[in-house]
Amino acid sequence: MQLKAENISFRYTDDGPFVLKDITLEVNSGERVGIVAPSGYGKSTLAKILSGYRLPEEGKVLLDGKPLPMTGYCPVQMVYQHPEQAVNPRHRMDKILNEAWQPDDELLRKMGIEKSWLTRWPSELSGGELQRFCIARVLGPETKFLICDEITTMLDVITQAQIWHLLMEISEERNLGMMIITHNMSLAKRVCTRIVDLTKLNNVHSHTHTHIHDHEHGDEDHVH
Amino acid sequence: MSTHTHTHTDKKRFEFNRKTFVTMMVIFAVVYLVGVGIWGLFMDPESYAVNYDAKFVSPNFDHPFGTDFMGRDMFSRCIKALSNSLIIGVLASLFSSFIALFMGVASAVFGGWVDKFVNWCVDLCQGLPHLVLLILISFMLGKGVNGVTLAVIFTHWPSLTRIVRAEVMQVRSSQYVQAAYKMGKTKWQVAATHILPHVIPSYVIGLILLFPHAIMHEASVTFLGFGLPKEMPAIGVILSESMDYLATGKWWLAVFPGLMLLVAVVLFDVIGDNLKKLWNPQSGNE
Repeated sequence: MQLKAENISFRYTDDGPFVLKDITLEVNSGERVGIVAPSGYGKSTLAKILSGYRLPEEGKVLLDGKPLPMTGYCPVQMVYQHPEQAVNPRHRMDKILNEAWQPDDELLRKMGIEKSWLTRWPSELSGGELQRFCIARVLGPETKFLICDEITTMLDVITQAQIWHLLMEISEERNLGMMIITHNMSLAKRVCTRIVDLTKLNNVHSHTHTHIHDHEHGDEDHVH
Repeated sequence: MSTHTHTHTDKKRFEFNRKTFVTMMVIFAVVYLVGVGIWGLFMDPESYAVNYDAKFVSPNFDHPFGTDFMGRDMFSRCIKALSNSLIIGVLASLFSSFIALFMGVASAVFGGWVDKFVNWCVDLCQGLPHLVLLILISFMLGKGVNGVTLAVIFTHWPSLTRIVRAEVMQVRSSQYVQAAYKMGKTKWQVAATHILPHVIPSYVIGLILLFPHAIMHEASVTFLGFGLPKEMPAIGVILSESMDYLATGKWWLAVFPGLMLLVAVVLFDVIGDNLKKLWNPQSGNE
């Protein structure tokens, strides 16, 4: 399968500056494509467009030549940078984990999710523990592509390593296509099969405005 | 969360105390308010009947709150009055909160001109002094129980509407709701699993905190003579009557009914604030 962005342009307001301009890029099943660029080059915006969270102003997002489905389970799933914002604070972890499908014990073991965490509330788990849930819940059989938007930026190095090992293993095992957005060039070199430099791909000339949006969407490169 | 560092028994005792105390306050307030409401509802009118032999009796064992210029027992009359006020207040705030829930959700869900219209209505209502609008509506509808109740209903929804609207908008744009849509959930499923459970606690607390407003305003409008009729026992009626005799030293006519109104209003606040503490997920386990 192939996920393709075709001449995508995007801006947040009708008369604002373009955040993305004429982007064309494709990800094939089994590929892990790294998207690297400094803050403000529209990495997160691109992730949201490719996973169908936002519609591009021009251009198309195609999955095997067809537009992404707007209803039902989306075969392109995204994992966010801040897991604590991506889970409902009023739900227990088992409800969050099983929102779309029922991961089996084997996957939970691999993901390093302990059974005792399932009865806890999100506020009682750490960021790394929560991120494992956020990944596990979108690894359902219908998921064909996974967009990872800075998913380990705020985690400690050990957790980072564990999560990436696992994602590499799963992507190979299931022939999953992945798009990995990161600031970290050495991580990208280690994990990805191909690296795309968005600064070269994006034809936007002025970046003075775009970084504001990036701030808004929590795309920060401070590692805590 | 800080309790994790305590030993098991310590933690258990701490949680027990705090939560029990708050729960007991809420239960006490509810029992008192419901008790007064029901007591007044089923009270024999004879107990506050006119008795010219016992005019202006100061508080004693037979008449704990004294009697008024017609010799009516003020204690029974106060209970009946408070009960009337509570029932009108609860009814009015309930309907008012329905308006708020409907307007708030519609405004957040549909957006566009619906949102603009709702905001315009909210601004319009909040821009006018509350009491003036209350008097205007009550007077227009011919005063009495209907006038007051409808006036309170139509003036108390704006603040709760704003809260509901903000809550729906916040949860609607949250990442977990967006993610739920991408996981194939329908609008109804998202509304039932994510949006309603998020909005309902604030809504219920807003509703409870609306009661004292409704009751106070009902009493004020009645006090000013635009509300409940003179013959009906109501805190506003009692207080306005007591004004005529206050200068002649009949203090009990104003003090006790005033205190009862104050206590009822404070107790509603106690319920609302403590439920907030119990339901908030951040402090729910404290």
